[in-house]
Amino acid sequence: MEVPFVLLIGLFFSAAVYLMLSKFLVRVLLGVVLLGNAVNLLIFTNGRILREVPPIIPAGHDVPKALTANPLPQALILTAIVISFSFFAFLLVLVYRAYQDLGTDNGNEMRLAEPENDPLPPTGY
Amino acid sequence: MAVTPTDLSAALVMTPVAPADWLVVLPPAWCILAGAVLLMARKSLHLQGFLAVPALAVLVLLDALLLAHVAENGPVMMVMGRWLPPFGIAFTADLTGVLFALAGAVVALAGAVHALTDIDGSGRRYGFYPFLLLLMAGVSGAFLTGDIFNLYVWFEVLLISSFGLITLGSEPRQIDGAIKYAFLNLIATTLFLITTGYLYGIFGTLNMADIATKAAAGRAELPLMTLAMLYLTAFGMKAAAFPVNFWLPASYHTPRIVVSALFAGLLTKVGIYALLRTLIMLFPVEREELSFVIALTGAATMLLGALGALGQNDIRRLLGYLVISGIGIMLAGLSLGSPGGTGGAIFYALHSMVVMTGLYMAAGLAGRLSGTFDLSRLGGLYTRSALFSALSLVLFFAVSGLPPFSGFWPKVMVAKAAMDIGAWWLAAVVFLSGFLTTIAVGRVFLLAYWRPADGALAAEAIPASALLPLAVLTVLTVVFGLFPDALLSTIQLAAQGLADPRAYVGSVFPGGN
Amino acid sequence: MTTLIFRTVAPFLTALMVLFSLFVLLRGHNEPGGGFIGGLIAVSAFAIYGIANGIAAVRRALWFHPMAISAFGLFIAAIAGLMSIFFAVPFMTGLWVYPVILGVEIPLSSVMLFDTGVYLVVVGAITSIALALEAEEDA
Repeated sequence: MEVPFVLLIGLFFSAAVYLMLSKFLVRVLLGVVLLGNAVNLLIFTNGRILREVPPIIPAGHDVPKALTANPLPQALILTAIVISFSFFAFLLVLVYRAYQDLGTDNGNEMRLAEPENDPLPPTGY
Repeated sequence: MAVTPTDLSAALVMTPVAPADWLVVLPPAWCILAGAVLLMARKSLHLQGFLAVPALAVLVLLDALLLAHVAENGPVMMVMGRWLPPFGIAFTADLTGVLFALAGAVVALAGAVHALTDIDGSGRRYGFYPFLLLLMAGVSGAFLTGDIFNLYVWFEVLLISSFGLITLGSEPRQIDGAIKYAFLNLIATTLFLITTGYLYGIFGTLNMADIATKAAAGRAELPLMTLAMLYLTAFGMKAAAFPVNFWLPASYHTPRIVVSALFAGLLTKVGIYALLRTLIMLFPVEREELSFVIALTGAATMLLGALGALGQNDIRRLLGYLVISGIGIMLAGLSLGSPGGTGGAIFYALHSMVVMTGLYMAAGLAGRLSGTFDLSRLGGLYTRSALFSALSLVLFFAVSGLPPFSGFWPKVMVAKAAMDIGAWWLAAVVFLSGFLTTIAVGRVFLLAYWRPADGALAAEAIPASALLPLAVLTVLTVVFGLFPDALLSTIQLAAQGLADPRAYVGSVFPGGN
Repeated sequence: MTTLIFRTVAPFLTALMVLFSLFVLLRGHNEPGGGFIGGLIAVSAFAIYGIANGIAAVRRALWFHPMAISAFGLFIAAIAGLMSIFFAVPFMTGLWVYPVILGVEIPLSSVMLFDTGVYLVVVGAITSIALALEAEEDA
């Protein structure tokens, strides 16, 4: 069961890296989203994949009746999903603002903070 | 239906918790609480500073009490939700973590006082103080947690608050800087998450004390080198080490100057702390094998930082490169791994927190008086205020590592540790970068302070609340430069605690595991 | 997007979704659900309301500023964790009380308080981002 997952994770990672290498911020943003999903799958696979029941304790019990899937990677993934979702929302607004204020979504043309021909400091009085 | 028939007491903390143990979780919890109150009172602009400064003073007090507690009783542990470690998330405070947390709290308090006059109404409306408190929650949490995934969560907490701070004001220049800062830091933390995923796959645990024990036991057959290398890359990126440092000079000069000061003092040092925690405590053998790579990175970071500082016209960008140069010295100390090297790295990190924050504040005041940050146009600050110039000069000497200021001792420790193992070239680079830094900041002093002003400077007096934190930070660097003994012995203990984590593990698993 | 049908249906839809989000929040302790997912459902409800009637209407309907809502959520979540300081148990230990209200035993816990905090944080934070994005479209 691991092998198809590993291949899928590899595919996700390569697509994410390809997108992040673009100079257009929207593609970079999509790359970051894909990267987040790739990592989630990675954690899931690292937690061992079992064909067991979901880790939900039935009503009236305190411990699961039979062997269940490992709930910890799922908790980790849930945390990672929440975090990457909030980052995505923030970056979306940020990229949109950048497009409005700087008039471009091309990373190469964003030279406001680091001007292209910044003068050297004076060498004497 | 509410009765619990199963006896869970074997998995729970059954002994009552001593009130002193609460000090471990109180710093981040207090920051979250205070940040939430400030965020609710966002509309009362004048109230913000009056609430935030005492809140941060309480944080300093909590960290100081925790330091006293840990220095006396060794590492302290508290577990979340009563579940015994490694099942519950453990907060573990040892000397290294508490020293970093205390220095961070002092820096944040200084920043909050400085911001009383530096951050205007619009900055407060956008929520400078709430974000600062939440940033401190992330920073304190990162320094005090004993769980590696929890460390990731605190990284994200401080990252999202820093996004709020860096875009404060939403000028186009800030948005430009924030884009580079946000994307590159996000990739770094994602790399951290990837590594943590692998780590969980290998060890089946996320508790750092548990990992340290299991790594020591099963070193031969586990692929720990991969983890060490990935952590080095991820945290190196957070700390702005040489090949992955480009986000820092692209963004640190864009936000409000207090924000820059806090970032320079806090954020990269969290990366260094995480490197110390993972590479020295969890994977010491792997760090030993990577030692040459880390040393080369450190040397390159030191030189690139110092040379970059020489080539800058904007003093804020110049300071950004000096932050990077300091990271190089900490990496050099980390690469050595000996008590002197680790101790030097910890000491230099604490020194750098205080001094870089002070320098950015000084740069902000210089810019406020002159209306520019360009070296080609600054001038006449000495005639304007001799006290301010003297404070700045002390900070300039401190960042160059000249005696008798606090930057001198860690540099000597790192250089001596390097020469002890025959790595004379590393010691030479430490001193060369110090020399280049002296030239860079010496030129700032000559041009901006001594050179007669071109035009008239702003007539406004420097407000006391802006000068006071600068003075306090300067006094700190002088005091710890002149009387380093107490701090040095604490740091030696902290370095020993990292290299030999038996006390750390013992605090998490009192009965052994 | 502001067709008559949509504008007429939107308030009912919003009310239903907010109700459902509360249901998801409350069942979250023992069943799939909880504060985060409940909060997201509530945010979608407000987003629908905003698309139909404009963001000014949403801000009016929410009464409090979204950031203040999320700050309050953060506050009660922190309080829920800190309550255990009075019972000499570690941080964030679940504390339960079983008051009998109108003859029905109602289990209340610090866990539920925490989850409510999470719900409010998500509602506040994501609503403010959603409103910011919708405001850009109007402009």
